[in-house]
Amino acid sequence: MADLLTPQLNAETPAPDWLQARRLAGRAAWESSELPTRKTEAWKYTSLFALQQPFMAARESAESAEELGLELPQLAGSRLVFVNGFWREDLSEIEPDAAIELVRFSEADQSQAALIAQHLGSVVPGNKHPFSALNDAVLADGVFLRILKGSKAARPVQLVWHNSPQVDAAINSQRLLVLAEQHSEATVVEHFSGQGHSFTNGLTELILAAGATLSHSRLHLESAEALHVGGLHAALERDATLNSFHVAFGGKLKRIDIVINHLGQGAHCQLDGMYLLRGQEHVDYHTCIEHAVPHCTTDETFRGIVGDKASAVFNGRIHIHPDAQKTRAELSNKNLLTSATAEVNTKPELEIYADDVQCAHGATVAQLDESMLHYLRTRGIPADEALVLLSYGFINALVEKQRLESLRDYLKPRLADYFGAALAVDSDDAGG
Amino acid sequence: MLSIKDLHAEVEGKNILKGLNLEIREGEVHAIMGPNGSGKSTLGHVLSGRPGYEITQGSVEFLGKDLLELDTEERAHLGLFLAFQYPVEIPGVSNMEFLKASVDAVRESQGASAYDTVGFMRRAREACTAVDLDQAFLKRGVNEGFSGGEKKRNELMQMMLLEPRLCILDETDSGLDIDALQVVASGVNAMRSESRSFLLVTHYQRLLDYIEPDFVHVLADGRIIRSGDKSLALELEAKGYSWLDDGEVA
Ligand SMILES: Nc1ncnc2c1ncn2[C@@H]1O[C@H](COP(=O)(O)OP(=O)(O)OP(=O)(O)O)[C@@H](O)[C@H]1O
Ligand SMILES: [Mg+2]
Repeated sequence: MADLLTPQLNAETPAPDWLQARRLAGRAAWESSELPTRKTEAWKYTSLFALQQPFMAARESAESAEELGLELPQLAGSRLVFVNGFWREDLSEIEPDAAIELVRFSEADQSQAALIAQHLGSVVPGNKHPFSALNDAVLADGVFLRILKGSKAARPVQLVWHNSPQVDAAINSQRLLVLAEQHSEATVVEHFSGQGHSFTNGLTELILAAGATLSHSRLHLESAEALHVGGLHAALERDATLNSFHVAFGGKLKRIDIVINHLGQGAHCQLDGMYLLRGQEHVDYHTCIEHAVPHCTTDETFRGIVGDKASAVFNGRIHIHPDAQKTRAELSNKNLLTSATAEVNTKPELEIYADDVQCAHGATVAQLDESMLHYLRTRGIPADEALVLLSYGFINALVEKQRLESLRDYLKPRLADYFGAALAVDSDDAGG
Repeated sequence: MLSIKDLHAEVEGKNILKGLNLEIREGEVHAIMGPNGSGKSTLGHVLSGRPGYEITQGSVEFLGKDLLELDTEERAHLGLFLAFQYPVEIPGVSNMEFLKASVDAVRESQGASAYDTVGFMRRAREACTAVDLDQAFLKRGVNEGFSGGEKKRNELMQMMLLEPRLCILDETDSGLDIDALQVVASGVNAMRSESRSFLLVTHYQRLLDYIEPDFVHVLADGRIIRSGDKSLALELEAKGYSWLDDGEVA
């Protein structure tokens, strides 16, 4: 597995000194770390066997958006598009916004480079997680988004990492650093898509200073052959609010670690996620919320639908430290199995070391609700169609919670498509 | 149109309907009254084909077909409609999506062409207005977070769009304010026709002031123990159900 590094090292692009130092440290950490096996508790249900194949360094592509099959939500804000890990100026758009600075690491000016160097890896130490070390080792063109103190970004910022089909399975690395300064506000959408075989090692760090509000979505819409091992790591200072929304359509292997650190009192996190798997796909979400200080709240909801021979893993850890009195944390994970051979391993893990806290958790693997099914059938909707509609509704209920209308408009028809639901009417047009 | 003969049904091993007979002809409006727990909703559930309700004896014929042999959706296709006493909430599926799926399915089964989207949306909005619900309810999840009265109006809206042959309204008047009661009554009255029949389950004589029934039945302990015209409802209102118990014993 140490070979994973080789193709990327060979393709290494020149880097400024501060970046080069980071790479070397990452490389050292990667080379000295053991890759997790299924004997490791956190990897019990997810095998990395699929990574044991020769990967090539990703190649630059010049295909048009159409040729790439690139379909993006119309968010109307700035958009940076990377194809096979390479920035594509022609597909990107920069909308001037005085509230933000949005740069690639390679073009960061001196003060931006200083900020990146200061914050990158501060939430996720490269030596803690082998795949973070791998990400550090091959760091090339990451993205830095800074939302300036007291400012509100006018429009959502969209970051797209797309893979084009290549002859050999290609390896990619993605890195995003968001620094939301005090009392700033912004919306960020991360978008992973593409076709064919690829392995992406994606890593995102969100830093929310006191009073900052960040709406964040991470969409994993890659092809069924895609491999992705990635993470989202966030730090919330006093009274910061993070809304983070995760979508994963299946892939051969997707493992996403989400770690949210409540570091300042009054911080709030709403974490929603959904995964849809079929065939022999495998998705593994490991979430961990660290409540280190008092008076923070977490509201976490994940839902999944797993069919055929697919398997899903959800591990939701909430860790309430001894000082974290008056914590309010809720975690719910509901799964629907649509075939007898599908599998879900779900485990809420509450570790509570403070006594004055309100915690609720629930994890279920269930069938669709009988009384809902009957209700639809009394209205003439045939049973198979009713099941489709209910599956769609089960997932769409989470989409409806999201505030960004353009994102809902993008996801709903894709969901309907996925389930094969004949939803001729888009409800958002209904009121007109 | 509907002919129920000696119907016995049980839920979870418990006998609820114990030899029920009822005959509804085209264009008639029947009202069923009866004490709590007597089996009124059970009758609706059984007619709709709800899982968990076992028919142990008897027969039901609807428009010349053996109703009990049909799947729930086939009953709807044939023109049976049940307005639920407690409509189910379905978050994530918008009312509009649901209504379109429902009307499309019923029309398709009847060999009628589907409405185009624009045409359907216009109809849905009209139905919404007719039951005095804000258009915003079309966008919301089916019954999701609706108040009791709003759910009942939503049932009525579905009935209007589906244009069924037999409408069973299970306490559609319960929990309604006076204005809503008028809405329900005028909705039903507007739909009355020579070929459409109604079965109204209600606890209140008041509804029958607005929707004049051809027959009133009293259901007690799983059987119809008294039938009459609308004056029976007035008599019940004045004397209560115990009056009938005595009558039976005597
Ligand atoms: N799933 C069930 N399990 C056990 N008993 C049931 C079940 N469903 C209904 N029953 C019982 O069947 C009886 C008839 O219920 P039903 O709902 O038909 O009464 P009803 O006449 O509609 O009453 P109400 O006027 O209160 O609506 C009641 O005693 C009820 O408790
Ligand atoms: Mg009842």
